[in-house]
Amino acid sequence: MSVELDVFVGNTTIMDQEVYQLWLSGYTVGDAVKVRMDGGVLDGCDASAEVLRSDTMDQFRTFQMCERLLHNPAKLANQLLFQIPPDRQAMLIDRYYAFDDAFVREVLGKKLSKGTKKDLDDVSSKTGILLKSCRRQFDNFKRVFKVVEELKGPLVENIRQHLLLSDRLARDYAAIVFFANHRFETGKKKLQYLTFQDFAFCAGELISHWTVGAMDNQLEDMDVDLDKEFLQDLKELKVLITDKDLLDQHKSLVCTALRSKTKVFAEMEASFKNLSRGLINIAAKLTNTKDVRDLFIDLVEKFIEPCRSDRWVTIDVNLYLTHYINSAHILDTFKHQAVWNSLWDELFKMLTDIQHVTVCFLVKMGMVASGASAAAEGTRATAASSEEPVPVHPTQFTTSISFSFRDMLNVGCRAWPHSGSQAC
Amino acid sequence: MPGKLKAKIVAGRHLPVMDRASDLTDAFVEVKFGNTTFKTDVFPKSLNPQWNSEWFKFEVDDEDLQDEPLQITVLDHDTYSANDAIGKVYIDIDPLLSSEAATVISGWFPIYDTIHGIRGEINVLVKVDLFNDLNRFRQSSCGVRFFCTTSIPLCYRAVVVHGFVEELVVNEDPEYQWIDRIRTPRASNEARQRLISLMSGELQRKIGLKVLEMGGNAVVGYLQCFDLEGESGLVVRAIGTACTLEKLSGGGATNNAQHTANSSPSKDMKESPKACMSGCRSSHSSPVHGAASRLAQSFSVSYPTLLFSGMGSGGSAGKEAGPLKILLRQQTQTALEQREFPFFTLTSFPQGFLLHVAGVVSARSVKLLDRIHNPDEPETRDAWWEELRQEIKSHARALGCHAVVGYSESTSICEEVCILSASGTAAVLNCRFLQDGCLDVLSEHRCDDSAPPGCGFCHVPYDELNMPFPAQLSPCCCCHRTKVPDVLFTTIDLPTDAQVTGKGCLIQARLCRLKKKSQGEGNATCISNLLPFLEYELHTQLLNKLKLCGMNALFGLCIQISVGENMLVGLASATGVYLSALPSPGGIQIAGKTPNDLTYDQHVSSIQRKINDTIVKNRELYEIHITEVAEDVIGSPIPEPRQRSRLFRSHSESSDELSELDLSHGKKDAFVLEIDDTDAVEDLHSLLTDAPTPPGFYSCNTEIMPGIYNWTSAIQMFTSVRVFRLNNANLTNLGLNKIFNELCENLLKSLYFKLRSMVPCCLCRLNFTVAVPEDELIQVAVTAVAMSFHKDQTQEANKAAQAHSQMKAIAETEEQLQFPLELNAESASPLSPKGSGPQDGSNSHGRAPSVDYSSFADRCSSWIEQLRLRAHTIRRGSIKTSSSPLPEGRSRSLRSTRSFPGSSVSVVKMTPLSFIPGAKIVKYLGIINMFFIRETTSLREEGGVSGFLHAFIAEVFAMVRAHVAALGGNAVVSYSMKECVFMENPNKNQAQCLINVSGDAVIFTRESDQEGHLPQTSHPQPTEDTPP
Repeated sequence: MSVELDVFVGNTTIMDQEVYQLWLSGYTVGDAVKVRMDGGVLDGCDASAEVLRSDTMDQFRTFQMCERLLHNPAKLANQLLFQIPPDRQAMLIDRYYAFDDAFVREVLGKKLSKGTKKDLDDVSSKTGILLKSCRRQFDNFKRVFKVVEELKGPLVENIRQHLLLSDRLARDYAAIVFFANHRFETGKKKLQYLTFQDFAFCAGELISHWTVGAMDNQLEDMDVDLDKEFLQDLKELKVLITDKDLLDQHKSLVCTALRSKTKVFAEMEASFKNLSRGLINIAAKLTNTKDVRDLFIDLVEKFIEPCRSDRWVTIDVNLYLTHYINSAHILDTFKHQAVWNSLWDELFKMLTDIQHVTVCFLVKMGMVASGASAAAEGTRATAASSEEPVPVHPTQFTTSISFSFRDMLNVGCRAWPHSGSQAC
Repeated sequence: MPGKLKAKIVAGRHLPVMDRASDLTDAFVEVKFGNTTFKTDVFPKSLNPQWNSEWFKFEVDDEDLQDEPLQITVLDHDTYSANDAIGKVYIDIDPLLSSEAATVISGWFPIYDTIHGIRGEINVLVKVDLFNDLNRFRQSSCGVRFFCTTSIPLCYRAVVVHGFVEELVVNEDPEYQWIDRIRTPRASNEARQRLISLMSGELQRKIGLKVLEMGGNAVVGYLQCFDLEGESGLVVRAIGTACTLEKLSGGGATNNAQHTANSSPSKDMKESPKACMSGCRSSHSSPVHGAASRLAQSFSVSYPTLLFSGMGSGGSAGKEAGPLKILLRQQTQTALEQREFPFFTLTSFPQGFLLHVAGVVSARSVKLLDRIHNPDEPETRDAWWEELRQEIKSHARALGCHAVVGYSESTSICEEVCILSASGTAAVLNCRFLQDGCLDVLSEHRCDDSAPPGCGFCHVPYDELNMPFPAQLSPCCCCHRTKVPDVLFTTIDLPTDAQVTGKGCLIQARLCRLKKKSQGEGNATCISNLLPFLEYELHTQLLNKLKLCGMNALFGLCIQISVGENMLVGLASATGVYLSALPSPGGIQIAGKTPNDLTYDQHVSSIQRKINDTIVKNRELYEIHITEVAEDVIGSPIPEPRQRSRLFRSHSESSDELSELDLSHGKKDAFVLEIDDTDAVEDLHSLLTDAPTPPGFYSCNTEIMPGIYNWTSAIQMFTSVRVFRLNNANLTNLGLNKIFNELCENLLKSLYFKLRSMVPCCLCRLNFTVAVPEDELIQVAVTAVAMSFHKDQTQEANKAAQAHSQMKAIAETEEQLQFPLELNAESASPLSPKGSGPQDGSNSHGRAPSVDYSSFADRCSSWIEQLRLRAHTIRRGSIKTSSSPLPEGRSRSLRSTRSFPGSSVSVVKMTPLSFIPGAKIVKYLGIINMFFIRETTSLREEGGVSGFLHAFIAEVFAMVRAHVAALGGNAVVSYSMKECVFMENPNKNQAQCLINVSGDAVIFTRESDQEGHLPQTSHPQPTEDTPP
C-alpha cells in the first residue's frame, strides 16, 4: 500500500522560501523534511510527517522544473509554464545565484573548468556545504562567466542586464569572473585571512582602473581584460629604483613629509628602499601573466608583511603611500618634460590602486587604528586590557602572529566588522 | 463561401535546439485548416525566429469553421532528411464566430508536442471575416454562444430558457485502428487530439443547430464529456441548457454584489420575487439495467423523513396551489413534444425561477460495450441515454415535480463494461412565464410581498396524503405555514435567497466494494447487483455525517461510482448546510446488539459520548446556533426497545431485505445506528471521525460558502492528483474502505497544509474525481479554488450592511431579469394539487410593472465603459503588427530596479467558480475546451510518474492561460478538469496521460480599477523580445 503518484499544481506556482532555501542548500527530500519538522512548521497544523513530505516533494519538483529557466533568468520572465508573480521571480533568481562566502573563497581565482568541478567534493567536505549546492554555485559561476565573456561594455552592468541579478550580486559576480579570468592566486596560506568581500573590493578597484574599458571609455571594449599597454607602461616606473639619485631624492621627499607625523617614522625611513623596490618590482613584472596571478601574494609578501613586522598601523601605511605617490609626482615634474605627464598620471593611478588595495589588506591584517580617531585608540586600549577571546573571523591569523597583534585584530574587527572595503 | 479565415505567423521564441552541431534550429511553420496548408519561409539558425509572414487566407464554409481547429505545426528544416516536427498548436476559432465574443486571437502559444511537452512558443494572429448566410438549410450554427457556467452568465439576462439540449457523436478511436501498429506514438496521439478537437467542434455545431431550432442563441451549463470506449469507439457527448440571452446594458451585475447576496441570509426580502412553497425530501432511485437484456432489478430507496404532524395545508397551501394550477394549465396548453426532457443543467437560478425542490433523482445503468451492434453509429448510445433520461423523468414525476435541475450525466468504463449515470434534482419551476410572447404580461406578474423569504424552495411539492415514499414532514421553521422534510438532498447550488444558519462544510461519503473479476455479462450482472448496495450505503454515510455536523441539507451532491476490474469505488461529495427552514437534525444514537456484555456496553457508550461531543463541537465550528431549544436530543437516552426494531442500519450485510426496508422511524430524534460487532464499531468509528478542517479553513463543493461574505481578491486554483497502489492482494471490504477513506482525508489534509498561508480561506468547488485505472490502483483527482477572506468582524458587519443595500439593488434589477420558461412538460403531470385551498391569485399578480429609472444612470456609465472596452479591443486588433504599449505599470513597479528584457507574461486567473471575487466580468470571450495527450518513454528521466504528471498539468494550465490571453482575456471562470486518464507502465519506462479541461474565457475588471486595466496592454510583442 503506497502512494504511487502525488502531485499538486497551482495556477499560481506555490513556493515556500524556506523550502527553496533547503533545496538550494542541496538537501535531500528526507533531510529537508527533518529540518522543516525541527523548525516547527507543523506546529499548529493538524498534519502528519507524510503531509510534510508530500509538500516538500512537490516543491522540490517544482524547483527542479524551474531550474532550467533559472539558468537563463531572462526566460523566466516570459516563459508561460509557471505563473509566478514578478517579485517572486526576482526572489527565485537572487536566491539561486546567491553563494556561500566559504565556497567562493575556495574557488576564487581558479579556472572554472571540469577539473575544478571534479575537486568540488573536497571543497564540500572542507566547507561543510553539500556537494549539490557546491555544484550549483560552481555552475552559476561558470554560466555567468560564459555569458559575459564575449560581451562588450561594463562588466557589472552586463551581468545585471543579462542575468537580472541585484546590484550587489552583480558586483560580486563581476569580481568572480574577473578573478577567474586572470586566475589570481588567492588560495595561499598567507592570503587565507582575506575574505571574499576583501577580494571583491580589490576586483572592483582593478576593474575600474586597470582594465581596457576603464582606460578608454570611448572604446567599447571589455572590462574583463587588463589593459596591456598600461601594464607595459608600468615598466617605466623602474627608474624610481634603478636610478640611485632618484631613489634618494624620493626617499628624502617622503621622509620630509612624514617626519613627526607617525610613531614608526624610524622604521619607515629604514625600510623605505626595500618597500619601494618591492612595490616597483611588482608593478614592473605585471606584463607576465604568471606574475599577474601572483599579484596579491606578492603584495602581501613584499610590502604588507614588512610593514607588519615593523608594526605599522593602517594610518601609517596610508600616510606612507600617499606621500610616496605625491613625492614621486614632484620628482617627476622636477625631472621630466611635460610629455611624460600623462604616462605618469597613469602610473600613479596604479599606485593609488595599490595603495587602496594594500590598505584594504592591512585593515584585514589588523594593522588598523582607524585614522587618528581617539575613540578607536580608546577601544584598542580597552580591548587590550580586557582579555577577551580572539574574535571569530573565518580567515584566522596564522599561529606565527604575535599575541599583541591579535589584540589589534580584535580592535580592527570591531571597528570594521567584515568590511575591509569601507575603511578605504 | 461564407467565411474567410486569416492567419499570420509572427515569431517564435525559446525554440528547442534541433541541430546538435550548431546548437540552433532552422524553423518554419505549416499552417493548416481543413485540407489547405500554407508554409512560412525557413528562418535559419535561430532559436527565436522572426517569420513575420504574410496573411494566410483560407476560404471556407462556416460549417468547417465550426468543426475544424486551426492547426499550426512548427518544424525544423532539414536539407537531407525529413523535416523534424518541433510541436503543434491547435487553435479553436469558435470564439471568433460570434460577434459578441473575441474579435481577434493574438498572442504567444506554447508549442506542444505529445512526447516532449512544451517546446518554445509561437506568436500567431488569427482573424475571421464572416459573411452572413441566411440559408435556412445551413448546417452551421455560427453565433450560438456556449458557456460552461451553470448559471446565467453575469453580464447577461435570460429572455427565455428553452430547455435541454444534448448531442452525441461517435468515431473510431485512432489508438485502436490497425494503422496504430505501424505509426509512431506521436502520430497516434496527434491523430487522437485532432479527432477529438474535430468531434467537439462538430458536437458544438450540432447542438448549436438544435438551439437555433428552438429559437435560442446560447447554451448555458454546457457539459461535454469523452468516453474512451476502447475497441468500440470514442464518444464525445454533451448536454446543456438552451437559452435566449440578452446582453445587459448594465455591463453585468457586479460580482461582489452577486455573491454577497448569495451568501447572506436575506433578512429583508421584501423586494425579492416570491418563491413558491414546496416541500422537499430526498429520494433516490437507481435503476440498473443489464447489458443485452434487462438483467437487473430496478430499485428505489427513499430517504428519511419526518412524520407529518399537525398544521393543515389550508390557506398557505392554497398559495402555492395558485401557480401550480397555472402551471398545469399552461402545460396542457403548450403540450410540447414528448421526446424532450424538462431538464436543466443549471445549478443556480435567477430569483423566482426555482419554486420547489424535492430531492435528488438519479439513475444508473450498466451496459456492455462489446454488444453494440453498430459501434460507429451513435444510435445505440443515444438509446441508452434516452432510457436513462426517461427514468430520471419518471422519478421526478413521482416526486411531484415537472422538472429536473442541476442535471448531469457521467460514465465509468472498465474494459467492456460501462456504467452510465444521470442525476439531478427534482424541482418545480416557476411557470407563470411560459413563452416568449408573454413577456409583456410577465412584468405584471409581480410577486407577492408576503411570500415567505428564503424558505419557499424547501417546502414539499408533493402532496402529503399521496407521498411517493414514507416521509416525515413538519411545519416550516421559517414561515410555519407549510411543510418541509427533515432532510433535503440536492445537486444544485444553494439558492441565493436561502436562509442558512451558520456556515457550511464539505461532506463526503466514501466507499469501496470488492467484486469478483469476471467477464462480459457475468461481470455486468455482478456490478448491477452491487450498485444498489453501494448507493444505499453512500447515502447512509452522507446522512450520518450530515447529522454529525449538525446540519440538515446537502447541496451540490455529486455521487461518482467508478468501476475497476476487481472493485467498485463510490465517492459522494456535497456541501452540508443548516437550512433555517428545516427542522433541527436529531442526534445519533448508538445501539449495541448484545447488551449483556458489560464491557461492550461501555464501549458503546463511549462511542456515544464521542459522537455527542463531535456534534456539539461541529455546531460550534460551523456557528450553528439555534435559538429554539427544541432539541435536547444530544445525549438523550436510547429509545425504547420497541422502537429499536426499526433501526437504521449501517452495514451492507444487513441490507438483503433492502427493497422493503423501512427507513423512517417513529420518533423524530431517534436516529439510531446499530452496531453488531466490534468490526462494525471500528467501521463506524472510522466513518464518523473524519478529521475536522483545521482552524481558519472552510470547504465546500458549491460555488459559495454560506456565512462568508468578504472575500479578498486572493484566489488560488489548483489541481492535485494522487494514485494509490494496493499491494495487499487479499483485502477485505473494510480494509479497502479504510484505505480509501485515509487517501481522501490525507489529500484534504495536504491541501490545507499547502494553502495555510492563505488562512482564513475557503476551498470552494472542491471537485473530487475517482477512478480505478488498473487492478490495484485508485486515482483521486481534486480541482478547487482557495479563496481567502477577511476575518475582520467590523468589516464583516460593514459588508453585511453593504450587501444588504446591494441586495436591494439586485432585487430591483432582478425585476428586469424575469424571464419566461419554456416548459417541455408532459401533459400527464402527476402533481395534481390536492390541497385545493382557496386559490390566491395575488401571488402572481401582486404588483404593477415598475420601471426603474434610478438604474438609468448606472446603465449610462456602464455603456461608456463598454465603449471604452470596445475601443481597447479595436486598438488591440490593429496594434499587433506595430509596436505595442508597455506592459502594465503595476507589474512593472514590482520589478524594482531591474530591467527584464522582453515583456512579462500577462497574468491569467483561473477558477472553477462562475465569478471572481471583487471583480466584475465585463465580457465572455468564448468557451475553452481543450484536450491534450502526453506520453513519455523516459519516465524515470522525467522524474517518475509524479514528475511526469506534474509537468503535464503545469503545461495544460499554461496552454489554457495562453489561449485565454490570446483571446484578450484575463481569466477563466467555471474551469474544470473533466478527464484525467493516467496510464503507466514503469517496467517499460512509459506513461501516458489524457487531460480534458474546459471553462469560459472572460475579461474582468477590478472594482477598484477605475480605468479598467485591460489585459491586452500586456500582450507581449515579438519585436520586444530580444533573446539574450
